[in-house]
Amino acid sequence: MSAERVLVTGAAGNLGRRLVQTLHRRYDVVAVDRRPIGGLPKDVTALRADIRWRGVEQCFRERPVQAIVHMGLMHNPRNEVGQYRYNVIGTQRLLELAAKAQVKKLVVLSSANIYGPDPDNSQYLDEDAPLLGAEYHVEIRDLVAVDRIVQSFFYRHPEVSTVMLRPVHIVGPRIRNAPSTYLRLRKPMTLMGYDPMVQLIHVDDIVHAIQLSLERPVSGVFNVVGPGEAPLSKVLELLGRRPRPVPSPLAWRVLSTGWRVGLLGFPPPELRHVQFSCVVDGQAARTKLGFSPRRSMEETVLSVLG
Amino acid sequence: MAKPGIRAEVRGRVARLPRDVGPLGTDGFGYDPEAVERAAIPAAWLYRHWFRVCCEGIEKVPDGRVLLVANHSGQLPFDGMMICSAMMLERNPPRVARAMVERWVPRLPFVSVMMARSGQVVGTPENCRRLLRMEQAILVFPEGVRGLSKTFDKRYQLQHFGSGFMRLALECQAPIVPVSVVGAEEQAPALANLSKLGRAFGMPALPVTPTFPLLGPAGLLPLPVRYHMRFGDPLRFEGDGQEDEHVVQEKVALVVAALRQQIDELLARRTGIFR
Repeated sequence: MSAERVLVTGAAGNLGRRLVQTLHRRYDVVAVDRRPIGGLPKDVTALRADIRWRGVEQCFRERPVQAIVHMGLMHNPRNEVGQYRYNVIGTQRLLELAAKAQVKKLVVLSSANIYGPDPDNSQYLDEDAPLLGAEYHVEIRDLVAVDRIVQSFFYRHPEVSTVMLRPVHIVGPRIRNAPSTYLRLRKPMTLMGYDPMVQLIHVDDIVHAIQLSLERPVSGVFNVVGPGEAPLSKVLELLGRRPRPVPSPLAWRVLSTGWRVGLLGFPPPELRHVQFSCVVDGQAARTKLGFSPRRSMEETVLSVLG
Repeated sequence: MAKPGIRAEVRGRVARLPRDVGPLGTDGFGYDPEAVERAAIPAAWLYRHWFRVCCEGIEKVPDGRVLLVANHSGQLPFDGMMICSAMMLERNPPRVARAMVERWVPRLPFVSVMMARSGQVVGTPENCRRLLRMEQAILVFPEGVRGLSKTFDKRYQLQHFGSGFMRLALECQAPIVPVSVVGAEEQAPALANLSKLGRAFGMPALPVTPTFPLLGPAGLLPLPVRYHMRFGDPLRFEGDGQEDEHVVQEKVALVVAALRQQIDELLARRTGIFR
């Protein structure tokens, strides 16, 4: 017997490795990344390649690929120029390959940040809410572009069962994205007089959601929500943090200067995440994908401690 | 400030509130039953000792989903605070009225957090729909800022009512309880509204009263007028919320008429603004 072959892009990241470690028990996994890929199970084929190049195409020729999980989007907010090209062209090339190779399933990992924290937001945003995140966050611009490419793929290739996931902030022991890093600060900066509702999801739960997307015969765009919503202050309290509230005009000035001279790792628009809510509705993923988080709120929050 | 009597009363009332909250003590909108107590104590003091509210008909507010539709006045939304207090202090069992607040509130530091923790939400149709489906009591002021910041010469003249609340009531099959408030009009009589200047500061209005802005922030303190508040019979309307505007407006007119009549009756009975 031969297991279905699944190609995972962005497999060298912490989330990618976690996903591959789970998937390889059921699937024949090809792990693709531009970065060196280490710590993978022996039965996984590692392919160090740029998804825009021939190497990936060759991999499709060798053995048919049944499914693709595309999470190889670059999120480094410092590296803006090459990043946009990589994300847009890479996604486009990969989707062309997917159509040509007649894969059955395509799963794309986007983000709930694509809606953007905004004071005009309704409390819960469903999948039809406008994608305003790019207005302030440069990295979100890439996600919006990728979103458009995938949306048109839905129409042009209905034969490929396509799922696009928009998870809330992913946190976990070895995850090094902005929300996890922020929650690891002992004295995190907050904005005086603001305390937005936040949503977090444990990295294992997002792996579970990707697994379900591969297994279930569904297509569509799904917000993926963890164990619920909580005020930022309560999350920090649970972690035993001592927040430093800063008046918002001052915070903006400090952060923009610190970011410009390279002292601080948080781009200034990240402040909007500790000022306004970007809470999404996970109803569709619950009913159509059958997804419900397994980790409790406490487990999820405390997971950043590693 | 609060006498122990008020504190104990509020505590007893808050203890009877349903505790439908998420993993870290708040619901998805940020409402926190623990924090409600802190906000409710000063509000209850204002209710009992400052505005000395006379409330009638509170027993007409049904259980389950309901829209409380009220007239709006007084420059600062003390009327909303007093309606919420009545729901908390006078109704059995107590309920939290979820007021639909202006869209600029989430931009304000401190105010935004206090509002959210005490159960208020931004007045978008999606929020209202979701809360009604959660069987909550929603408080709306369809006049909005038009009613709140009108000048003293227009007191007790109902301003234009939008139709959004009626469409939501129809769509969600929610009864409407008209709530009339008399007294708030006189708490801060506005001689003028410098709305253009207000907008330059990001506020929806800038009223000029005998005390504000003359006395600075202290001038915002409302006069100790007496509030008369009446909850009317629940109105139930047939429809699905997709009707033509004129059909919906006819139903809105019935709510406005009910409010008008309640206000007139309360005004006729009143012997003075402080009594």
